[in-house]
Amino acid sequence: MNKIKRLLLAFTAATVLGISPSHAATPDDTFVMAKDIADIITMDPAEVFELTTGEIIANIYDRIMMFEPEDLQTLVGGVAESWDVSEDGKTITFKIRPGLKFHSGNPVRAEDVAWSLQRVVKLNKTPAFIVTQFGWTADNVDDLIKATDDTHVQITITEEFSPGLVLNAMSAGVASVVDKELVMQHEKDGDLGYEWLKSNSAGSGAFELKAWKANEIVTLEANADYRHGAPGMKRVILRHVPEPSAQRLLLEKGDVDMARNLTPDQIKGIEGNADVAIDGYPKGTLVYMAANAAHPILGKPEVTQALRHLVDYEGMADSFLAGQFVVHQAFWPGGLWGALEETPYARDVDKAKSLLDAAGHGEGFKVTIHTLTNSPFPEIAQSVQANLAQAGIDSDIVTLEGKTLWPKYRAREHDLILARWSPDYVDPHSNADAFAHNPDNRLEAKLTGVLAWRNAWADSASNELAVMARNELDLGKREQQYLDLQRMLQKTGPYVIMFQQNEQVARRKNLEGFVSGSNFDLVFYRNVTK
Amino acid sequence: MAESTASGQQTARPSLASPSIITNVLGVVASLALTFIGLTAITFVIGRVMPADPVLAIVGDRAGQDVYDQVYRELGLDKPIYVQYLRYLGQLADGDLGTSIMTAQPVMEDILRFFPATLELATIATLLGIFVGVPMGVLAAVNQGRWPDHIVRIVGLFGYSAPVFWLGMVALLIFYAKLDWVAGPGRLDVFYDGVIDPVTGVILIDAALARDWDIFNNAVSHLILPASILGTFTLAYIARMTRSFMLDQLSQEYVLTARVKGASERVVIWRHAFRNVLVQLITIIGLTYASLLEGSVLTETVFAWPGIGQYITNSLFNNDMNAVLGGTIVVGVCFVGINMLSDLLYRLVDPRVR
Repeated sequence: MNKIKRLLLAFTAATVLGISPSHAATPDDTFVMAKDIADIITMDPAEVFELTTGEIIANIYDRIMMFEPEDLQTLVGGVAESWDVSEDGKTITFKIRPGLKFHSGNPVRAEDVAWSLQRVVKLNKTPAFIVTQFGWTADNVDDLIKATDDTHVQITITEEFSPGLVLNAMSAGVASVVDKELVMQHEKDGDLGYEWLKSNSAGSGAFELKAWKANEIVTLEANADYRHGAPGMKRVILRHVPEPSAQRLLLEKGDVDMARNLTPDQIKGIEGNADVAIDGYPKGTLVYMAANAAHPILGKPEVTQALRHLVDYEGMADSFLAGQFVVHQAFWPGGLWGALEETPYARDVDKAKSLLDAAGHGEGFKVTIHTLTNSPFPEIAQSVQANLAQAGIDSDIVTLEGKTLWPKYRAREHDLILARWSPDYVDPHSNADAFAHNPDNRLEAKLTGVLAWRNAWADSASNELAVMARNELDLGKREQQYLDLQRMLQKTGPYVIMFQQNEQVARRKNLEGFVSGSNFDLVFYRNVTK
Repeated sequence: MAESTASGQQTARPSLASPSIITNVLGVVASLALTFIGLTAITFVIGRVMPADPVLAIVGDRAGQDVYDQVYRELGLDKPIYVQYLRYLGQLADGDLGTSIMTAQPVMEDILRFFPATLELATIATLLGIFVGVPMGVLAAVNQGRWPDHIVRIVGLFGYSAPVFWLGMVALLIFYAKLDWVAGPGRLDVFYDGVIDPVTGVILIDAALARDWDIFNNAVSHLILPASILGTFTLAYIARMTRSFMLDQLSQEYVLTARVKGASERVVIWRHAFRNVLVQLITIIGLTYASLLEGSVLTETVFAWPGIGQYITNSLFNNDMNAVLGGTIVVGVCFVGINMLSDLLYRLVDPRVR
């Protein structure tokens, strides 16, 4: 009994002693950020399509082509040192940089580059469409993508596409170059290392994945031999902190260097803190409302035009969206090549009413607005609801989790939907293909990944222009075609495009060099210093 | 083998292989099997009829129909629901809970990682509830209507009605951000993560086994706030129930008799009255502990505590049914296990059920 008493006493003493102040600062060689990382479901670049993993793999893998943190506007070679485009524009030959090495120490070979793309096509996971649109299938990909020697990779497309677009697509996450030798050591039942790569890494980028504990932590370790030199930090840690208030406390206390998910209120509250700086990064995420064209009233062009005149864009951007979103009314995000920056719509209730009169619905009508449960969607929906009411449109708001909302959207079971969209890769075709191009509007066609199809909207002029821009070889003409297409959709499309996200990131002032580009996977840690 | 009864008669003690013990064991096993089949069947059916789409949880909302259909088939969703369920049971019989969509890991591994975090939190919170809540309840009962009773009732009301979410944030603000007495959200400071090998998954125990007292202290510093917040609720509930049970017993005639016979107040309260509330208290404490082992989602969210509550909730939101079913089984095991433990404790404290 005495022994038990002594043990209890020792435990109690240790417990009391344990109530000690927390460490006040993160280590000098470690970049710690607080972020909600619950969206991570895989680390395999052939499958990654989530925000958090998009940025993580951008730091682990070098891609064939890349946008680098030093100049986010210019597409440059990643593992490709140079490239040649054939006269017909259908074959591109990449020369691979010499002397590159994977984290494993294996050399980066042309064979790895070809195999990485072939693997994406053969696994056919969600983002595979970015490359399969070029006509690559599991059956033909070994012939159409091949290493011609130790340092050259040749890709041939079978569909009509501008080579500029193909090169842009080679900067997407699916064009990450994977260490074939290492991955194949972990292959099981012909899965091309799929199960293993879900929670491991095999890249040649600035960082290597050391640990991923779901809903807890991701640890990256610097690659000292990276081709641009060793990263500024030896380690990057993403801590799962789902609650924004807790993120703020951790940041103000110095237990993390950066908080990624603060709300506008918290950003405002933290502004006076001398140790903290707030940075804004324009992102490609758009917030839009879409009308189901199969709806007997919403399908009329005058009605959607009226909706565009009813929304109070500036009112929302200046109040509860407070700097986290800016007004943007075209399908390609501002700041990117080919973006239309014009904002022709402002709140004009009289004009909206006259358009509704012309459509025969001057007395108003009743609709449902479906949207997501997370902020700011319910708030935007409420504002839109009030706006619509002024023209006699009576709307009910239904908020749903994404997993419940998307099946409805994909089945065309909505009236109005308020949702978000961000580009899959940095080329206007990425969004044009979703918003403007619907080659088969039949229900049984099930083009469920295409927004125009989901909204039962198809327009021959829009389809034609989208395809023309996609195939155009001349860069100047191509840009003009995308500008025209955006203007066209602003007038005739089923969308009320409202806002573009401006990501607000709060950091400790001693931390510098964090870069967040327009696309979700253009976030770089390698220049971070303290 | 035989033993004497109080009346001196000899009764046969059942041997280990006697039919009655075998029947009892078989009965318990059958009832456990039925409980788990019922539990998994209901959860499985609810998961399948929910409007959320498990395929979209994997492929994302932008996937084309071909990718969607491929994963739909891979998950076996093209089969009738009873076939899906029977397959799941077959898998379960092999000890395989499947793979989680969210974490890409076997559900069993996830549970072994997340459950100890909740176990650690729930155990400390329950101990706090027992060692503070029970004396508070007794104190309130024996001082009914006087100031100790009022204080306990106010504390109880506060602990029971204050939202855990709010309480957690306020506590973090005061004790972590302002006073710097304790560590912030998370189970450990980041630089301690992965330093010791997990043996039990309960960091306090693992750190003690590794004799790494820095990590032990850091873990305590992280644990103290969420455990106290959760403990406040437990304490309030247990104190309230103890007070109520004690008041009932203190009004019984046997208490009056004991007092008339000259027993001291300490003996009357603790030896006579309190003993009689123990059975009810064990039930209350058992149920409270079991419900805490389900995980307290709000506390886990505020304190970034990677526990089973957050795991099951995130799984539900993502319709990650393998994870939900795995979590449900864990919760079921907790309830059944704690019920059995409570039964054993009844026998210890109440001679009538021996």
